[in-house]
Amino acid sequence: MSDKKYLFKRNNVWWVKLAVPLSLRSELGYDLRRTTGEKDLDKALPIRDKIVEEFKTEFQIRKVNADDKGIVLRGTEHMQKTDISDPQYFHKVVDCQYACPAHTNVPEYIRLIAQKKYDDAYMLNWESNVFPGILGRTCDRPCEPACRRGRTHDKPVAICRLKRVTYDYKNDIDPYLPEIPKVKNGKKIGLIGAGPASLTVARDLLPLGYEVTIFEKDNKPGGLMRTNIPSFRLPAEVLDEEVYRIIKMGAELKTNSYIDSLKNVIDSFDAVFVGTGAPKGKDLEIPGRKEASENIHIGIDWLTSIAFEHTKSIGKKVIVIGGGNTAMDCCRTAIRLGADDVKVTVRSPKSDMKASDWELEEAIDEGIPILDNTSPKEFLLDDEGKLKGMKFEKMEAQYTDGRRKLIPTGEEIIIECDDVLLAIGQDNAFPWIEKNIGIDFNEWDCPIVDKTTMQSSHPKVFFGGDAAWGPENIIWAVAHGHQAAISIDNFCSEVDLFDRPPPLTNLVSQKMGIHEWSYDNGISQEARLEVPHADLKQALNDLKMEVELGFDEKLALDEAQRCLNCDMQTVFQEKLCIECDACVDICPTDCITFTTNDTEEKVREKLRVPALNLDQDLYVSGKLATGRVMIKDEDMCVHCGLCAERCPTGAWDIQKNNYIEAHNLNKGRVKAKEVA
Amino acid sequence: MSYFKPINKHPNLEKNKLGLTRRDYEGGVSTLCAGCGHDSISACIIEACFRLNIEAYKVAKLSGIGCSSKAPAYFLNASHGFNSVHGRMPSIATGANCANEDLLYLGVSGDGDSASIGIGQFIHAIRRQVNMVYFVENNGTYGLTKGQFSATNDLESKNKYGEDNLFPPIDLTSMAIQMGASYVARSFSGDRDQLVPLIMGAIQHKGFALLDIISPCVTFNNHDSSTKSYDYIRNHNEAMGKTDFVPLGEEIKTNYDDGSSVEVKLHDGSRLSLEKTDHNFDPTDAGNSLELIREKNKEGKIITGLLYVDNKCKPLTEIMDLPDKPLNTLEQDELCPGSEVLDEINKGLS
Ligand SMILES: Cc1cc2nc3c(=O)[nH]c(=O)nc-3n(C[C@H](O)[C@H](O)[C@H](O)COP(=O)(O)OP(=O)(O)OC[C@H]3O[C@@H](n4cnc5c(N)ncnc54)[C@H](O)[C@@H]3O)c2cc1C
Ligand SMILES: Cc1ncc(C[n+]2csc(CCOP(=O)(O)OP(=O)(O)O)c2C)c(N)n1
Ligand code: SF4
Ligand code: SF4
Ligand code: SF4
Ligand SMILES: [Mg+2]
Repeated sequence: MSDKKYLFKRNNVWWVKLAVPLSLRSELGYDLRRTTGEKDLDKALPIRDKIVEEFKTEFQIRKVNADDKGIVLRGTEHMQKTDISDPQYFHKVVDCQYACPAHTNVPEYIRLIAQKKYDDAYMLNWESNVFPGILGRTCDRPCEPACRRGRTHDKPVAICRLKRVTYDYKNDIDPYLPEIPKVKNGKKIGLIGAGPASLTVARDLLPLGYEVTIFEKDNKPGGLMRTNIPSFRLPAEVLDEEVYRIIKMGAELKTNSYIDSLKNVIDSFDAVFVGTGAPKGKDLEIPGRKEASENIHIGIDWLTSIAFEHTKSIGKKVIVIGGGNTAMDCCRTAIRLGADDVKVTVRSPKSDMKASDWELEEAIDEGIPILDNTSPKEFLLDDEGKLKGMKFEKMEAQYTDGRRKLIPTGEEIIIECDDVLLAIGQDNAFPWIEKNIGIDFNEWDCPIVDKTTMQSSHPKVFFGGDAAWGPENIIWAVAHGHQAAISIDNFCSEVDLFDRPPPLTNLVSQKMGIHEWSYDNGISQEARLEVPHADLKQALNDLKMEVELGFDEKLALDEAQRCLNCDMQTVFQEKLCIECDACVDICPTDCITFTTNDTEEKVREKLRVPALNLDQDLYVSGKLATGRVMIKDEDMCVHCGLCAERCPTGAWDIQKNNYIEAHNLNKGRVKAKEVA
Repeated sequence: MSYFKPINKHPNLEKNKLGLTRRDYEGGVSTLCAGCGHDSISACIIEACFRLNIEAYKVAKLSGIGCSSKAPAYFLNASHGFNSVHGRMPSIATGANCANEDLLYLGVSGDGDSASIGIGQFIHAIRRQVNMVYFVENNGTYGLTKGQFSATNDLESKNKYGEDNLFPPIDLTSMAIQMGASYVARSFSGDRDQLVPLIMGAIQHKGFALLDIISPCVTFNNHDSSTKSYDYIRNHNEAMGKTDFVPLGEEIKTNYDDGSSVEVKLHDGSRLSLEKTDHNFDPTDAGNSLELIREKNKEGKIITGLLYVDNKCKPLTEIMDLPDKPLNTLEQDELCPGSEVLDEINKGLS
């Protein structure tokens, strides 16, 4: 008998995989995996049953708790020994990499920068996030608020700026690009839209021999990266280099090709990817809108017409309505186009604005006032029917149970203006997708797309980027692109879409000899370094002049030294430990405690320093000779390696956790590994 | 790779009444072998000083020669220190004690330093009731000189190379009680819950406090036939009941059944609360204590905990009626009795 339900094989060892019930997926992910540790199927099967039972109980407990209390409790039993063979355990310790939608191996590229290996650092980025030069300037950088340094010190490592360094200092990287097979695999894929999502899919599929055609309505590829991100933040050369690199890998690009019917496209391809973005800017229907329409512009359309040089001027007095990044780009562009009085108005308090801190800061540094709690009421016209100003009402924010409510105060203000830019959001719009071809839409007219596979209700059609669930950012578009490419490859190879490749991981000991370790733990204790800026006066007069200059080499190397090397994992083996406490005493941040096991709640309280950060895991060992367990709070570990250095028995080791999120570029590598 | 402990510390690290964290009581990074029991004792001294809100500049660390005697370099960086020749720390302590009663004296020694070369000095410091905490970091060997038998090594305990030990051990605790030590405890470097309160009690005690702490030498005396290895101690440790240190003005938090605990009041009003496992045991009765130690030795057990305390003893400075103030703060008029007194004396001589 060889019932392989719930089992899959990795590196010759059988693993158990169980799908997580829908209601728990946001918390636990799509599935739970654990190794049986057995190569032999007969031996793995009984272990499988045990693990499946454990998983099921876990689901049960969580569901009950979630239903009861609205929160998920962490079990009532003593803590289980941590399963470090689960690749996600140590992945989560690398806070930046875990937070990155594409899971770029940040500490590794920062170490490469420290060694001045810029080409390698660039390629590591390129494989994972496709647009290091673009993202190094514009990324939304979810990694930075997650960075451990923000907890152990003050501010996070300037991860994004260091990514830019890999672009700025690299040499010719063409030789390292993947080979594109001359003989194609016979499968044709159609990609609609040439934004970052589609470009990622193309890059991931071309090395596997797919024939890829990209349809783009504009005359150049790049999507919003070209049309909406102003060139004072993202110079055209950087954009062109990284976008055309993919086209040159062999994608067929059809520009000026607006697709007006999906039906017409579907049949010509084995699969279709929709990466058309969220192209519709929201409008503001208040009195005077129609009458003054000549001087009221939808922000994203206005930015596009500037990018294509259709618009070259704007009135002297400009109001920008909205509190997000689009508003920031609009106001900064308006100033550069010659406006001398630009104001941003936003309904909410400043602290609740959606714009990223750094974009808001830049706008403020350029002298643009932000009027918060200011809600638009009416466009005002002069006698000739031309826009002359706007009426606003002041709002007041009230918070009850952490929920915000904006209450009108009755106080009205009038602001004069010549032009208004609306930057209050974007919507998806698919007028070109026929309703009767099998693609289901939800009540908000968004396609129904599977979160894991990116597949729509039409098996051949996949979505990603802003087109899937509304406006996000470039790095999410890339992450979607990777997943869609995996699905398309599975789909064309007739493999189940949920049978997805696991991440590539390995743990390599860094011990080289007595007192010798192969990484540098001498971190810098300096504050985060500021990036140099262009002269403000000059920059404000030049639409294309890049404002941020990027780190020079010295700054880059200094900043790189701030990284804590969170991928250098502390790995514990209880059978070697003699409980001498040397590690406890040396640990600078009191991460390690030897104590009796208990429920997680109680354990967290009784550590040397109570573990209050519930987002961070506790590393729990098996039982030691004295009946106690070792518990390490991952929260504040600075990865100095001193625990392993001081341990007399080698019970602690420092092992580099190389975690590469699955994407098609490493498909070849997986194969090589399986053979070995 | 840097071997220095980075300056980072946990942002939620507890602070004591002086606003200091445990890390402010640290010393240099230890150069002892990783895993040495002596390092654990240093950590416990740090913990005790932190909890007692001790100002490091009011402490003097004194030691002799040995790995154990190196340990003061690894705690209380901001304290005074004196590293004497081998076995001579007790004399330094006696002299310093007479000259300045205000400092807290922490003497750190080894079984070689105290039970061999320095035993004569050791005994007299006890006998004279020098007001100090005397740590013997007892590993049954001369660690620093690479593992010769010390005078506390048990008869049946071979050395690392399998050679027999020819002479019976000295039991430092019974000897100290007999010589008049007023606070005698034994503990194990690996049992922090027991050791820290014992250190705190010893610091608050006025008089000679001996802490005989079994402290495995991972390099020369942690093998199978050793009776001072981590494994052996863990298997043969007979800990007396739980010891709690109760600072002045605080309530006792642990509850014991009636009659199963004793309370010992220390000189400054703080208390030690001792859980009793043996109802007849009275830690203030020296005969009782000696009996208990002998009995447990016979059973092959290592009894640990507070073995004896005499909280009514007079320390050296009181016995000798020395001035309360440190000698170096005495002014001319205090030092010189004046011509009237001199005349008086001269008259008596004529
Ligand atoms: C003003 C502004 C500033 C931004 N700044 C940043 C930033 O700094 N950092 C960041 O990470 N993100 C930023 N974003 C968001 C980011 O640009 C998008 O999330 C990202 O570009 C989405 O990528 P995509 O591939 O899904 O779609 P898009 O980039 O929108 O690309 C879609 C492409 O499809 C084409 N298309 C649409 N319909 C059709 C059709 N029917 N036929 C053919 N072609 C079609 C479009 O012309 C477009 O080229 C910004 C957005 C805006 C509006
Ligand atoms: C006068 C003198 N004699 C001998 C020595 C050599 N010596 C150095 S340390 C030591 C023994 C130390 O043993 P112990 O006090 O137990 O310390 P440990 O290293 O075991 O902690 C000896 C004999 C010396 N330094 N000085
Ligand atoms: S690497 Fe070890 S010693 Fe360093 S902070 Fe982490 S747990 Fe502590
Ligand atoms: S230093 Fe090593 S042997 Fe000692 S307690 Fe820590 S892990 Fe265990
Ligand atoms: S030789 Fe023994 S006593 Fe000395 S440091 Fe090493 S383990 Fe400690
Ligand atoms: Mg010794």
